[in-house]
Amino acid sequence: MTDMTHALELKDIRKSFGAVDVIHGVDLSIEEGEFVVFVGPSGCGKSTLLRLIAGLDDPTSGDILLQGKRVNTVPASERGLSMVFQSYALYPHMTVRANLSFGLENINMPRDDITRRVNDAAQLLQIDQLLDRRPGQLSGGQRQRVAIGRAIVREPIIFLFDEPLSNLDAELRLQMRVEISNLHAELGNTMIYVTHDQIEAMTMADRIVVLRGGVIEQIGRPLDLYNHPANKFVAGFIGAPQMNFLAGTLDGNVLKLDCGLVRDVPVATPGNGEAVTLGVRPETIGVSLDGHGDEQVTVQNFEQLGSVTYIYAAFANDERLTVQLAQQIPLKRGQSIGVTFSAEHFHIFGPDEVAIGMRS
Amino acid sequence: MSRLATFLTRTAGSADRADRFGMSDFLSYAYLLFGVLIILVPVAWTFFTSIKPERAVDNFDTRLLPYAQVEAEVPEVGPKPVWIFTGEDGEETLVYKSGPTRSTTEVAALDDPGEVFGVPRATLTPKETVRIATENYLDPLLKRNGQENFNFPTYLYNSVFVTVAATVITLLINAMAAFALSKYRFRGRLTFTILIVATLLIPASIILVSLFFVVWSFGMFGSLWGVIIPAAATPTGVFLLRQYMLTIPDELLEAARMDAASEWRIFWRIIMPLSLPALSVLAILSVIWRWNDFLWPLIVLISDPTAHTLQLGLTQFAGEFNTNFHYILAMTVVTLLPITLVFVWLQRFITTGIATTGLK
Repeated sequence: MTDMTHALELKDIRKSFGAVDVIHGVDLSIEEGEFVVFVGPSGCGKSTLLRLIAGLDDPTSGDILLQGKRVNTVPASERGLSMVFQSYALYPHMTVRANLSFGLENINMPRDDITRRVNDAAQLLQIDQLLDRRPGQLSGGQRQRVAIGRAIVREPIIFLFDEPLSNLDAELRLQMRVEISNLHAELGNTMIYVTHDQIEAMTMADRIVVLRGGVIEQIGRPLDLYNHPANKFVAGFIGAPQMNFLAGTLDGNVLKLDCGLVRDVPVATPGNGEAVTLGVRPETIGVSLDGHGDEQVTVQNFEQLGSVTYIYAAFANDERLTVQLAQQIPLKRGQSIGVTFSAEHFHIFGPDEVAIGMRS
Repeated sequence: MSRLATFLTRTAGSADRADRFGMSDFLSYAYLLFGVLIILVPVAWTFFTSIKPERAVDNFDTRLLPYAQVEAEVPEVGPKPVWIFTGEDGEETLVYKSGPTRSTTEVAALDDPGEVFGVPRATLTPKETVRIATENYLDPLLKRNGQENFNFPTYLYNSVFVTVAATVITLLINAMAAFALSKYRFRGRLTFTILIVATLLIPASIILVSLFFVVWSFGMFGSLWGVIIPAAATPTGVFLLRQYMLTIPDELLEAARMDAASEWRIFWRIIMPLSLPALSVLAILSVIWRWNDFLWPLIVLISDPTAHTLQLGLTQFAGEFNTNFHYILAMTVVTLLPITLVFVWLQRFITTGIATTGLK
């Protein structure tokens, strides 16, 4: 045993369903009290990974360690974790109170303690008025709270959330996002949260695990992922609107883009003419209306939101560019505008789509 | 009452057309009425015949009301059936037959029992009143009029015991089998399901002899358990419950597992309550099967009159030379009552589908 015990440790986890490999060797350790978000497009294996941790599925190979103890053979009911399901999976024939206390009755907790814990959780989640109702009589948001309450009362080692907000409308989702964050701050438990929504990941996570095709693409704090994506996939997945990708070549320190732009870039390893992709975030691009700028682009569409303006433009070679401006400017379709780039915001990805390091 | 009226006057179509009694309504109601009559007429016939006096039953009196011939106490002769003699002048005299019925029957007037005179048989009609023959019911129940061998309380107890015990065991065993076949993944799951359903193809009378040997070698011959145990597992029940349990979302089971519930508790607290509609259907079927079962109890229980069920008890009225149809019909009505009450009580559970209300 190491001196440092992780709340959860995954060692080379693999999972196959028949001939289909879903998880290809995942190594991950999660510390006590961390809020970790698994994010990725659908089918990336994030939910499968969560179910493996929960014990609802068994890994094909690899070890799962909870607080330093191997739990591969421990059934879900004895791992001491709790989970909030996407469909909430409330017991429809039980009242809210019975839903909350079911898990505690199963571990033979004394009646008084159950009542106390249920009441505490209900108060925390503001569902104490609903305790005698059945799930069928609740709204989506209320059911969501009950599902979270059911997880809280168990006082689990780790909370598992499986896309819990995807059935809520946009406004409620925002509200619950804040509430779950507050809940984490209040309870201090370890939480693992699965979502396909990068905004949820960015806003809630202490650390984000980006998955694609059953492989971890990058693990890091939200802003680290945003500022230093390890590869083109992470760069494109994190951030909205999406990062712009422009094709070009890297020769020595000189980046030559297909759209015409040529720049010196401070790459750590000079290139020798290989094809690279430049990634540049929409908000780092400057705009000039009077014909100045590094390149000219044609405005194809734009969205004025008041505080922000999104411009969807195209270069002469038809490459697309999205620009985000934190101000209002007069625009019309087909108009030609100048755009300026600054090299310190460049992300350069090699032919293998892995980020090429910059000199700092 | 008004709800019943609303129910019985429903018409097809949406609210704006609902007050019109159209062709489809007419056909629907005609068809329903036809179905009701097919089911109800034999039962009604049984009931109306069961309250007729023995003579009316034996004479196949097809009139709806229970007509009974009036009897009068004739001095020095005893009780005699009263006939109406219509003379040639149309005058009616109450008489009794003082001799056997021939083409010219000797009768005497009730007013003047001493004077016997001959009249044509066709001029005599029985004097009748409407009288409910309560003795059909009371004689066997109170062991009067030579019905000492009909031990109603014993038969009722045996029938109730067999029905209740067999139904409880049937529900439990079939639900457990259905739970395994619907919710667990194991090799041969479908094969087992098909095998179980395939036994429906084998008529009970084919396996009667082998079943008898099994029951006999287990020492259950002559005991009520010999009727209960072989009937406990029914392919119909397993299939019915399995199909219903397939509709219960797996996520509920997973939620329960995360709630530290053992598999038994999942079965007992989640699966069973949610399968209530299917269970009550099976309960009704099982009660009807066991209550009305005749052939198998006859084989197993024939040797011990104290173990007879109601259906076996009814056979006592059918002798080698004489069959007391009035008692058979009356006791048939009595044996119908409990099962009718059970059905009325259980039918409200059938239509309630509560499994889906808690999800989404």
